[in-house]
Amino acid sequence: MLRQTWWKILCVILLAYTVIWGFLGSVPAKPIVNETIRNLYFHVAMWFAMMIFLTVSVVYAVRYLRKPKHVNDIYSLEYAKVGIVFGTLGIITGSEWAGFTWGAFWSNDPKQLGAMIAMLIYYAYLVFRNGIPDPDKRARLGAVYNIFAYAMLFPTIWILPRMVESLHPGGMGGNPAFKDLDPRMATVWLVGAIPGWTLLGIWIATLRIRLQLLEEKKLYNI
Amino acid sequence: MYKKFWTLLFFCWVMVLRVMAQTDTTNKPVEMADGLRANGKIYVVVMVLVTILAGLIFYVIRLDRKIGRLEKESK
Repeated sequence: MLRQTWWKILCVILLAYTVIWGFLGSVPAKPIVNETIRNLYFHVAMWFAMMIFLTVSVVYAVRYLRKPKHVNDIYSLEYAKVGIVFGTLGIITGSEWAGFTWGAFWSNDPKQLGAMIAMLIYYAYLVFRNGIPDPDKRARLGAVYNIFAYAMLFPTIWILPRMVESLHPGGMGGNPAFKDLDPRMATVWLVGAIPGWTLLGIWIATLRIRLQLLEEKKLYNI
Repeated sequence: MYKKFWTLLFFCWVMVLRVMAQTDTTNKPVEMADGLRANGKIYVVVMVLVTILAGLIFYVIRLDRKIGRLEKESK
């Protein structure tokens, strides 16, 4: 997977399809959101990709704790980092979208707050790791923290916002905009956007992993 | 690896089929960017985004190659 080419080509094809059909394909006409419904392919896709990266990260964290090989820690850290980048983009794009549909760039919506809490927990993961000078200790404690951060991720971005009133779809009452995924949007969303953006993130993560492995090798050769 | 990929694609396809069975229930006309589309200007946006995407992909490919070269050298 790390050095194969076929999935990178697939990534480019899927993203090109998403960007082109994301704008040219027809979408349902809904009040308030109007054409911004197309943000599903971009803003929402960031979050789905982020969840996948953070899941991969926690899997490698558990692997590290079971078998303390340094490679597992590198994988765990780099996937967490790319997840954090995508999550941050998700927050920024969501705020931009909200500014022109909900009337405010930040309205303390439960899901906005939940996402912010989740991101802060993951930012703290990086700060926490960098505060530990010993590499083995850093990897072990980082892996433990990663599991706790992951345990908080889904309650903060999925469960809690759905138990209260929310501007986001899925809350009690609230936003009916995306009750069902429109069939015209489903193909671009499921076949193009989610796998496309996810593969791009995996690509970036694997590049960083390869760079880390190289550095490691250099360190031991000297 | 390939098997997993095809399984994933199959599940995507099943999900698409499932939502296709549902129908659209909007009745009020809602303002959409039809005028923009009639003027053909949406293609400008598509072009800009394709350019950005192409630039980013090109950059990532360059990075990939560079790291690949470094890996070869260190072997």
